[in-house]
Amino acid sequence: MLYRESGQFKTSYAADQAIFPILQDKVIVWGFIVLVFLFPFFETTGDLKSLWILLMVNAMAALGLNILTGYCGQVSLGTAGFMGCGAFAAFKLASEFPELNIIIVVLLSGLASAAIGILFGLPSLRIKGLYLAVATLAAQFFLTWSFIKIPWLYNHNTSGTITAPPRTLFGQQVTGPIPGRGLSAAELDVIKRDVVISQYMICLVLLIVFALIAKNLVRGRLGRSWMAIRDMDIAAELIGIRPLRTKLLAFAVSSYYCGVAGSMLFLFYLGSLEGGEAFSINDSFLYLFMVIIGGLGSIAGSFMGAAFITLLPILLIRVPGWLGLTIHVETVTHLQFMILGALILFFLIAEPNGLARLWQIAKEKLRLWPFPH
Amino acid sequence: MIRKLTLGLAATAILATTPAVIAPVSAEDTQFFPALVYRTGPYAPNGIPTANGMIDYIKYVNAKGGVNGVKLTWEECETGYNTKRGVECYERLKAKKPVVVFPYSTGITYQLIPKAPSDKIVIHSMGYGRTDASDGRVFPWVFTTPTTYWSQASAFVKYIGAQEGGLDKLKGKKIALIYHNSAYGKEPIPTLQTLEKKYGYKLTLLAVDHPGQEQKSTWLQVRRLRPDWILLWGWGVMNQVAIKEAVSIGFKMDHMIGVWWSGAEPDVTPAGESAKGYKAGTFHAPGADFPLHKDLVKVVYDAGNGTGKKEGVGDVLWNRGMFNMVIAIEAMRAAQAKYNVKVVNGDQFRWGMENLNITDARLKELGLEGFTKPISTSCADHEGKGPVLIQQWDGKTWKVVSEWIAPMDDVVRPMIEASAAKFAKANNIQMRDCK
Repeated sequence: MLYRESGQFKTSYAADQAIFPILQDKVIVWGFIVLVFLFPFFETTGDLKSLWILLMVNAMAALGLNILTGYCGQVSLGTAGFMGCGAFAAFKLASEFPELNIIIVVLLSGLASAAIGILFGLPSLRIKGLYLAVATLAAQFFLTWSFIKIPWLYNHNTSGTITAPPRTLFGQQVTGPIPGRGLSAAELDVIKRDVVISQYMICLVLLIVFALIAKNLVRGRLGRSWMAIRDMDIAAELIGIRPLRTKLLAFAVSSYYCGVAGSMLFLFYLGSLEGGEAFSINDSFLYLFMVIIGGLGSIAGSFMGAAFITLLPILLIRVPGWLGLTIHVETVTHLQFMILGALILFFLIAEPNGLARLWQIAKEKLRLWPFPH
Repeated sequence: MIRKLTLGLAATAILATTPAVIAPVSAEDTQFFPALVYRTGPYAPNGIPTANGMIDYIKYVNAKGGVNGVKLTWEECETGYNTKRGVECYERLKAKKPVVVFPYSTGITYQLIPKAPSDKIVIHSMGYGRTDASDGRVFPWVFTTPTTYWSQASAFVKYIGAQEGGLDKLKGKKIALIYHNSAYGKEPIPTLQTLEKKYGYKLTLLAVDHPGQEQKSTWLQVRRLRPDWILLWGWGVMNQVAIKEAVSIGFKMDHMIGVWWSGAEPDVTPAGESAKGYKAGTFHAPGADFPLHKDLVKVVYDAGNGTGKKEGVGDVLWNRGMFNMVIAIEAMRAAQAKYNVKVVNGDQFRWGMENLNITDARLKELGLEGFTKPISTSCADHEGKGPVLIQQWDGKTWKVVSEWIAPMDDVVRPMIEASAAKFAKANNIQMRDCK
């Protein structure tokens, strides 16, 4: 269990209610936010899209799942399915209403996902734990099946692939293919970079805003009732928390986050996708790993878990190159599976509460340093 | 010390004088080819020989002195046939300035198509991918050379018609399409439906979900339906399972035709002898009996430089991977000649792909006489309208059993153009003028 740290000596109620009760924490987070805003202007290796935007999308989805699984205790294996709802909703909204602002599209697409989330959350009122996991698994399979089977969702095209239409924000193109005709490679490089930077910024702002909302939700009345349900639902009911409302709200909020993550994945990262493949059961498992490794019931943990699962495979691919080794790609892929699996096991054994707890322990040690008792 | 200095000076002198005489081939004169491969996962049995064929041919060309002196470099990236990972690979390898990409997955191709014009990287999806991208007026950067799924589907219908004794005999015949439930498997459906209206056969669509091991319900439907012909549009493990299932329900194997991605050795070997008679489409000959293969084995494999096993040379998919590189390198040669450069850029390579002219004489020079039909492309036609062969599994090897079947161009081309026009309209693309 992750507890809130009491922090340093406080003299006001405002300080007592601050998100980060420790000054150093606050400084680090603010410093980090400034850094990530400046980062794209110095990034030149071309990883902005292939790495960092993907990481933000995954963090958003992990945030959503953590609300449901970490805070409300409802295990879900349908994350990718709910993300798919968001992606397809974004596609339908963007293609049916071309004038709609793309940010509004993203925000609205979450609603579609939330509605579906509530529907599949209904069984949670009767079943718990593993049984609920199986029910959400059904959601996952049903949703990916419908992404293939309902042609209306992909505007009846033959391939079943959806493509993000070109849209602008404040005059800057942010989604869709970049028309390349008649432009030189150098001109295009500039245009492409602008597009990627604006995509990065949109994702970053969305992520920060949504993380802030999530943090405030979970430390408010709603979050406390979620945690009460998680820790003991009968006791929670006895003290006047309505399970129906609370659980369904957890499903709604969580699916909303996942839906937004899905539409971000579609609009700002992939640009075009196939529903059955982009949102498969494997992805759902990955998101579950993210929140378990990051720390169930921790907002910061969602970020850490997402970073771990997203960056580690790419790191593993690149390490041999940095060391000057030439390892065959299939060996690298196999190694990647083995190392990732081993690390997941190691972390779960060493610290079942995840990276967030490790971070907390590190802070505790630092506080006592250099004279631990 | 003195010796080193003299040597150094001599080397500098040589380097300094040569450029005046001929255009130098320095170490920097290399052309990079990205290789999106899948050597792991459920599609690996098919991914491995294809990748080996491509890489072996690159090695062969390098061993022969490169393309007009330009050495080829490559880097593999493992996609696992997964679209998201494929896009990651593409973004990563893009930093090495490739001029062409071979996605080897229809799903990945669909993802890359919107990126191609601004990245100035040609997408060569040989016999897969988005069929309507053959319309070069709408998709200047995408090539399906030498042929497409729609062409193949029409050729299959033609072949079935011929086997039944004429296209008019198709009326009332039951044809089942067993397809991979993805953009790839869905690709032939519009063509088969159009032809269904025209010839009056009855088409039944049976989808198999990724990765394709689970086909019991599909084959139950087949048993109930008793189709006259089965078309198989699978990939990877799905093929092996489908062929084994067909054998186990006792379906007449010579009435089952696979797409060219369902007709390689790994697909039929698990069923082995019992799969005898199974047919599949192709656009090049199987086997290692061509002069190129013999030379390649000598130059690459006997030098201990082979990518896979020596016995793999000449496998259907090895040949296809190799053929893919042959086309790409011919396009590079064309671009080199046209622009008088050594290392070509994206625009130049695109021109090369668009002005391919691989004649029978050129095939003979390459050591591939009779391997395939001559290929030529144009501004509007990025396919080349390649004809299709039917090959048959005799229990041990693949044998070609048909003449070259020309696709029904009168049906397919208007469909391609209509579909491409629809895409152009939805994405505000102005059609190129190809006159």
